[in-house]
Amino acid sequence: MDRLKVKLCGIELDNPVIPASGTFGYGREFAELYDINILGTFSFKGTTKDPRFGNPTPRIAETSSGMLNAVGLQNPGVDKVISEELPALARIFHKPVMANVSGFSVEDYVYTCEKLDKEPHVGWLEVNISCPNVHGGGMSFGTDPKAAAEVTAAVKKVTTKPVIVKLTPNVTDIAAMAKACEDAGADGISLINTLLGMRIDIKTRRPLLANTTGGLSGPAIFPVALRCVWQAAKAVDIPVVGMGGVSSARDVLEMMMAGAAAVEVGAANLTDPFACKKIIEALPEEMDRLGIDRLEDIIGAAL
Amino acid sequence: MHEQLRKMQEVILTIKQNEKLAEGIFRMVLEGDVSAVTAPGQFVNIKLPGRYLRRPISVCDCEKGNGTGNLTLIYKILGEGTAEMSAMEPGTELSILTGLGNGFDVSKAGSTPVLIGGGIGIPPLYWLAKELIKIRLAAGMNAEDAAGEITVVLGFNSSSEIFYEKEFKELGCRVIVATADGSYGIKGYVTTPFLQEKQAADLRLKYSYYYTCGPLPMLKAVHKTMDIPGELSLEERMGCGFGACMGCSIKVRGGYKRVCKDGPVFSSGELIWED
Repeated sequence: MDRLKVKLCGIELDNPVIPASGTFGYGREFAELYDINILGTFSFKGTTKDPRFGNPTPRIAETSSGMLNAVGLQNPGVDKVISEELPALARIFHKPVMANVSGFSVEDYVYTCEKLDKEPHVGWLEVNISCPNVHGGGMSFGTDPKAAAEVTAAVKKVTTKPVIVKLTPNVTDIAAMAKACEDAGADGISLINTLLGMRIDIKTRRPLLANTTGGLSGPAIFPVALRCVWQAAKAVDIPVVGMGGVSSARDVLEMMMAGAAAVEVGAANLTDPFACKKIIEALPEEMDRLGIDRLEDIIGAAL
Repeated sequence: MHEQLRKMQEVILTIKQNEKLAEGIFRMVLEGDVSAVTAPGQFVNIKLPGRYLRRPISVCDCEKGNGTGNLTLIYKILGEGTAEMSAMEPGTELSILTGLGNGFDVSKAGSTPVLIGGGIGIPPLYWLAKELIKIRLAAGMNAEDAAGEITVVLGFNSSSEIFYEKEFKELGCRVIVATADGSYGIKGYVTTPFLQEKQAADLRLKYSYYYTCGPLPMLKAVHKTMDIPGELSLEERMGCGFGACMGCSIKVRGGYKRVCKDGPVFSSGELIWED
């Protein structure tokens, strides 16, 4: 299956399919269903310096062709991730894993990345500066090129692992954000995080989510994501990881043609726990149909 | 609660029956591979055509045959998805995730358990009652006591919404119905009969253990009223239904739990009640 292989920041992936952070936990729930070693890799649940319970419920609302979430970075904190989740992960996943990191200050990001840098199982650090569901930090770093550059440069100083900065689409100039990260030393960028949205219960006249707003994901955001990936890929020379509403092998191919070196799959895992497995299995046939010999050949074909 | 080896499955089940039971309440019987459904109190997650998120619905009954079986679900029309569901014809196939959630711990029941259900929280108690009776008969109890010493309290808003009173009675259980508007049975809530009994006798002498499912305010009231330990089945808006998204987390003693994966059934001792 060499034809599915891609490279991401110097590390080879058997295929470009990567479950996105927050939709795959630390892998355990999915490992009960299928051998998750068939994945390219996966990005584990956004991890912060301190444990976080997250937002009150309801945290989930449905939308046309998608969903809103306002989980708010629930996670056990980096120390427990290292002492409990990573050893458990080592038993079920034998490839380099992508560590997703979030924070509320530059120091937070540095602290968490420095700790995860020492973990041999971690292949990449995906630095999330784009969570729309936390107050202070999170997305605020991802909407200001200067702040994004500051986080990127600070994290780069404390790790030798490739740093992939995860961007939010909730900006007017995504290319400028991507460029700012590249200039600050990022080894790659990933995008898009969710789009800020909301729903109201028309019976109670109150927002459906306890947090009022949440992040929109699912097929509804695919065209927006594709556009952002295309614009970012045009602006930078470092690898771009595309995500946002990807639900099929065809979506993966489209993302790669827009410039994605690898593709993350998010919300689809929640509605179909076998989504990534099905996508990986469907890729060769789709490639045959379209006369694609190797996936690497189509990266950026539409740029 | 019930920590057994359980595994989620994605199956295609075929609708056999889909009928109205009471005002806004429907019963759907599905046929197919239900082998992953292992305990009363579990739920399934149903993909509806054109709807992005699946609909989590508790299992009301599960009858297993040779390789195939029947799954009974009772659901309430709460939005567009469940309204569409109520119009589905027999023969329709649905993608369903089965084997979700922990389920009630039947081993804790004791000699005189009480099952307390409010509205659309009632269905999972039906299979629970059947399982308890089966276990008690297998243990050598006579048929009358095996069912008759199980008390079932059903609460509804009004008589137009009543369902399954007859089904529980047919099992042989002692059944008490309460309606909030007093249009049928005892006027009041599911806790009203206990408050009345409390004056006469100690609840602890009368009931060994409780199992309850219903809206959160009702669960709070049940927890406050009952002086005995029990289990409560919680409801929460879910994203995935199998523990991946953290959409339905609640705080419990000593940390947090996911209603979908660690629950939906929790013991009365582990829940935290915020006012």
